[in-house]
Amino acid sequence: MRMSDISLKKILSDGAWQQNTGLVVLLGLCPLLAVTNTVINGLALGLATMLTLMLSNLSVSVLRGLLKPEIRIPAFVLIIASVVTVIELLMHAFFYDLYRVLGIFIPLIVTNCAIIGRAEAFASRNSPLPSVVDGFATGLGFCITLVLLGAVRELTGRGTLLSGANMLLGDWASSLTLTIIPEHPGFLLAMLPPGAFMGLALLIAARNAWEARAANKPQTAIPIDVRDAHEA
Amino acid sequence: MNQATHPVIRSGLLLGIIALLGTALLAGVNNLTYERIVEQEKRRMLQQLNEIVPIVSYNNDLLEDVIKIEAPDFFRHPAPVTVYRARLDEQPVSVMMIVTAPDGYNGDIRLLVGINAAGTILGVRVISHRETPGLGDPIEAEKSDWIFGFEHKSLKNPESSGWAVKRDGGEFDQFTGATISPRAVVRAVHTTLLYFQANKQALFEPLPTGVDEDE
Repeated sequence: MRMSDISLKKILSDGAWQQNTGLVVLLGLCPLLAVTNTVINGLALGLATMLTLMLSNLSVSVLRGLLKPEIRIPAFVLIIASVVTVIELLMHAFFYDLYRVLGIFIPLIVTNCAIIGRAEAFASRNSPLPSVVDGFATGLGFCITLVLLGAVRELTGRGTLLSGANMLLGDWASSLTLTIIPEHPGFLLAMLPPGAFMGLALLIAARNAWEARAANKPQTAIPIDVRDAHEA
Repeated sequence: MNQATHPVIRSGLLLGIIALLGTALLAGVNNLTYERIVEQEKRRMLQQLNEIVPIVSYNNDLLEDVIKIEAPDFFRHPAPVTVYRARLDEQPVSVMMIVTAPDGYNGDIRLLVGINAAGTILGVRVISHRETPGLGDPIEAEKSDWIFGFEHKSLKNPESSGWAVKRDGGEFDQFTGATISPRAVVRAVHTTLLYFQANKQALFEPLPTGVDEDE
């Protein structure tokens, strides 16, 4: 089967669920763990990463006929770095508060190996439309993971959800903040990096349990390909 | 491109073209966003300054009336101190100084210290820090009221020995489990007051005006 025969639906389900970057492939863990102390932070970085994936996949796919194997990696890096810098400038100009909160993690999207991974594994072998869909699906999967982890940590850490929504959506969104647990004393562990690791572990376990139940078989761990995880 | 071209040169050229395209794209976007980014930075800065100096108390362009002073030995930090000067009809009202406390628990704590012409503190805010969340970060105005305790203080209130945290025999509270962060802030604010007292004249010195840029 040629790669380009894969249906768009399959690309979507692979990127968003079967090969979820955060929960299955375990790539890009550094930003995933670092910024997910609130839902909004996670959502913002997730959206920025999704946009990067779509644009870099598109560019790589358009240029794939020209890219000789020996220069493809530097070319990918150039393309991804340009795309990320454009997104960084736009966020700096239009979402200034969020830009300040996410800080270094916006430029660090460049180093998310999920992006170069999709460029190499998918976009360099497929035509533009499937490549953009693949970028969208992978980004969506990553974004959902970030939002879920952000929700778990924000809820346990400070008892709210969607705090700081005004940074992403404008001043009217201040009222979106939900105080789920009033008078929450603050649970520091959830806000610090160890809480991020534990939250991620719980999410991965939940996903595995779900998959095991769906397959209607005894609960077994889904084998995880960790070969590249240390690069994340 | 003809067949005779060496593949290395071909690849190099291709990479060069991609780099060129990327650079052109970045230059374009930078051009489009540059002014807005500068504007955003200014808006943010002015917002912070106006939290401390009431907007009605001055009528000069705060962000333009700014000097940088170099006094690394006095402030125990190599970073230059930025000073915004507020004036009402040319008369000095207050200064807003951005100083760096070098001895936070995790390094530098950058502070905005507002002092009025009489030498009384209008307010202090933490601009950036890396203190431990939950322990040292009550120095932030968003996290606790501690930083507001500096308002209306001066070199006479308290006297010099009172400018320390309580554990060191001074007047300012420390936090449960964190003495170092508040100690660093108290020390930096005190230093700033001392500098202000010694250099008040120079701090309010108007910027040279009437410089003819055409010459």
